[in-house]
Amino acid sequence: MSSIAISLLDLETGSPECLEAEDYQKRPAKWCAGCGDFGVLNSVKRLMAKEQLQPEKTVFVSGIGCSSRFPHYVNSYGFHGIHGRALPVATGVKLARPELDVFVTMGDGDCTSIGAGHWIHATRYNANMVVLMLDNNIYGLTKNQTSPTTPQGYASMTSPRGAVLPALDPLQATLGVSNASFVAQTADWVPVHLYATLQAAYDHPGFSFVRILQRCPKFTPDVFQKNVENPDLTELLVHENGVDVPALAQLFKARRTHDPLNLDDARSLARRRDMLRLGVFFRDDSLPVYEEIRAVPKVSAEEKVARLNKEFKRYAV
Amino acid sequence: MSKADTRSIDFMEVPEHTVEIITNSGEGAQKCAQIFGQTCAKMGNGVWTVEIIPAEIEPPHHTVTSTSGNIIRFGTEKITNWGDQSRLAVAFNDQVLLSRHRLDSLKDDCIILLDSCWQEHDDEEIHRMYHEAMEEMSTKNYRFVLVPIEEEALKIVDNPSHGKNMFALGMLAEIYQRDVSIIEKQIAHIFRFKPPKVTEKNIELVKSGIKWAKENLDFQFHIKSIPFDEERIVMNGNQAAAIGAIAAGMELCAMYPITPATSVSHELSEIIESFGGMVHQAEDEIAAAGVAIGASYAGKVALTVTSGPGMALKTEFLALAIMVEVPLVVLNVQRGGPSTGLPTKVEQSDLLSSLYGQPGDAPRVVIAPRTIEECFHAMVTARRIAETFRCVVIVLTDANLATGVQQFTRPPLDVRWQQGAIDQSPVPEGLRPYDWDPETGLSRRIIPGSPGGQHTVTGLAHDEESLVSYHPSSNELGMKMRSRKLAVFQSTLMPPELHGDKEGDMLVVGWGSTQGAIVEAVDRARSEGLKVSTCQLTFLSPLEPGLKDIFSRFRKVMTVEINYSDTPGDPYINEETRRYGQLAWLLRAHTLVDIDCWTSCPGQPLRPRDIYTHIIARLEPNEEGVAA
Repeated sequence: MSSIAISLLDLETGSPECLEAEDYQKRPAKWCAGCGDFGVLNSVKRLMAKEQLQPEKTVFVSGIGCSSRFPHYVNSYGFHGIHGRALPVATGVKLARPELDVFVTMGDGDCTSIGAGHWIHATRYNANMVVLMLDNNIYGLTKNQTSPTTPQGYASMTSPRGAVLPALDPLQATLGVSNASFVAQTADWVPVHLYATLQAAYDHPGFSFVRILQRCPKFTPDVFQKNVENPDLTELLVHENGVDVPALAQLFKARRTHDPLNLDDARSLARRRDMLRLGVFFRDDSLPVYEEIRAVPKVSAEEKVARLNKEFKRYAV
Repeated sequence: MSKADTRSIDFMEVPEHTVEIITNSGEGAQKCAQIFGQTCAKMGNGVWTVEIIPAEIEPPHHTVTSTSGNIIRFGTEKITNWGDQSRLAVAFNDQVLLSRHRLDSLKDDCIILLDSCWQEHDDEEIHRMYHEAMEEMSTKNYRFVLVPIEEEALKIVDNPSHGKNMFALGMLAEIYQRDVSIIEKQIAHIFRFKPPKVTEKNIELVKSGIKWAKENLDFQFHIKSIPFDEERIVMNGNQAAAIGAIAAGMELCAMYPITPATSVSHELSEIIESFGGMVHQAEDEIAAAGVAIGASYAGKVALTVTSGPGMALKTEFLALAIMVEVPLVVLNVQRGGPSTGLPTKVEQSDLLSSLYGQPGDAPRVVIAPRTIEECFHAMVTARRIAETFRCVVIVLTDANLATGVQQFTRPPLDVRWQQGAIDQSPVPEGLRPYDWDPETGLSRRIIPGSPGGQHTVTGLAHDEESLVSYHPSSNELGMKMRSRKLAVFQSTLMPPELHGDKEGDMLVVGWGSTQGAIVEAVDRARSEGLKVSTCQLTFLSPLEPGLKDIFSRFRKVMTVEINYSDTPGDPYINEETRRYGQLAWLLRAHTLVDIDCWTSCPGQPLRPRDIYTHIIARLEPNEEGVAA
């Protein structure tokens, strides 16, 4: 890990009945040493302990890729599906069982390439779920192919002379979708910020899209090196409705107060390339949540049969 | 044209009649036919209707390709298919009529009520086309009756395109002595969301049609109805499937619009919320499958509704559902393929892709309702199978069932079909997510919310604990267990019923919607003393038991299907190259019987006469050297 990585020292100490962060680990993760996914898993476990999530009432849904192994390692229900399609499955879970806590983990290829259509529409549905896009700028599991977020010029097995196109910016894309309700960016090398961002995402009632910048130790170990080495190249967006970690103030000199309700500012900040920005770009807790819009009163089996009998009258001969 | 003053009415008693309403797309043929068909059903006649629809919403008018229409076959007895040819047609112009003539849809002595406005039209081109069309149709003995349809409609409405259909309905009501009060009620229902004036205008148009027919036509047909005391309903197959889904307790339908399946979701969208459910219109076919699988995984057995191209897109997800053993019901309302094919037309070409359409071995149940009534029951059965066997059930209907209208006994309902509370009981220590019974492959479905049951389902090869496993024996076990469930399900099925004798010279085997036409053709052959029987398969994966034994008692077995097969005798087509119809292919592999097939893919339902013709042609000479 980098020299400026801040370790998770301030874990809450729970009461004996409480589940500890480690109780949310189902089995040891099998990612490569140094993979950014570990940091995300740690923060997720910590959030689950903080919120005392019931493992049986929590569902992690993923697609295919390194980060999509996530559900296997969390003590909860999990659905490890197919490439790019985590969001429809998660939407189905939420529509059927709004009371369940739903988390989605996807990689950059999963979300912004093969699953791009679902990403746009799930953003618009605004179902209440925490969506973690673990963005290491590369296809890792399939061994080093260019992804939509690979920086232009960065070499891979499919772009040996460097990626030919400018990288797709997931923040701008998500912020461009009607009805987007929560868009944030954080990084694996700032775990405190990562944790605080997950907390904000969890607190937001709606589709909380979090792009987590992270390194693949095998194929993109250096992709964020400048930022890892020099905190001055990163600006933190701070706000009481977003993320504001006082402990980070001494490390990150560049701090900007940004009201996440201001969509125009959010889009403009996402577009700027002068610095890397971490924080909550946009958050509107007032937008209607899909499973609530679609909720209808429960009907007993007997009542259903009675209504169906009535319905038959429409077709009666 | 008949003259009112001197005529006497020729009143003909007939057991059944087939009527076509042929218009430009957008002129309301479907509405007219829908009301007429429903009225016949409500008056106690057997009914079957078939839509003739172009794929475009409203193609250029007054062309052969703009034809939109509907065929209504109705009679004293139950009607099971669209029959052979139409005996009476109402045509709004010569070109759409010509398209029906060219398809040989009209009986040689068909009575044709044709709008008179084209004969002496001012436009020279229209005039020329009219006379060319009449010339082309003169090979038949059609009886033309010119009717001022547009002229009469214009007396009541400004836009005849929104009125001619109701005038036509009025004429038909008079010709067939239909109960006008039933027609009026239906008009009021159809236009219930419009201002009352719309209903009034439409009824006025119907009455003017009746009046015109009374004053000008010299013939009427009477079709008796047999009184019945059971409760009956009349609907099309998509409505039956939609209502069946609700009766089956399905509370979530995820779909993406695709012809000809979409109207299932229309029906569901209208009512499912009052049953505590919802229709989720997903962003694409794949997402629709994903949402349904997610909901099923979370405890509701969900439905996704699609047609061929949508099925193709869903295959990866279907294989996932099979792999993780999440119950799922998929309704595939087949249309013509491949590719975009014939979106609005009838075909049975998705059988093999429904059985095998995915990478890897992914056993699933495939059932094909044979009648509109069975579209209802299939949904109930499908959900039951899906849940019991933790599997995917594909219900294959087609455009013939989807848009055809038939009456049937109102199905009984059962509260036990509805979804009970989701099982959230604690999972006993040691119970694994795939605790496959080694005999049956069955295992308890553990649903999120059950304490102690936390596990991650995965599309990767996995063991009983749902742990990713690349171990050879665990992969083989998973394959075996998923497949075993099909065999166990098959053991609960009965052999198919035969129509006709248990042995003979030919057994005609069909599947799905062709039942009515096949039975009618076989009955025709049997009435001539031919030893032909038929059976219509409903379960296609697994296949119903006893097939080989049944087939062994016939000298020849032939499938009849609405899909492609090579014709023996065509260039390059021989024993080695001949590609068979899809059911034939399946049955040949299944039974090792040398099964023949006659298939056709005209984009429309099969005609009994065509099936009959091919039965006769394929009957092999017996020992005496003559067709048995």
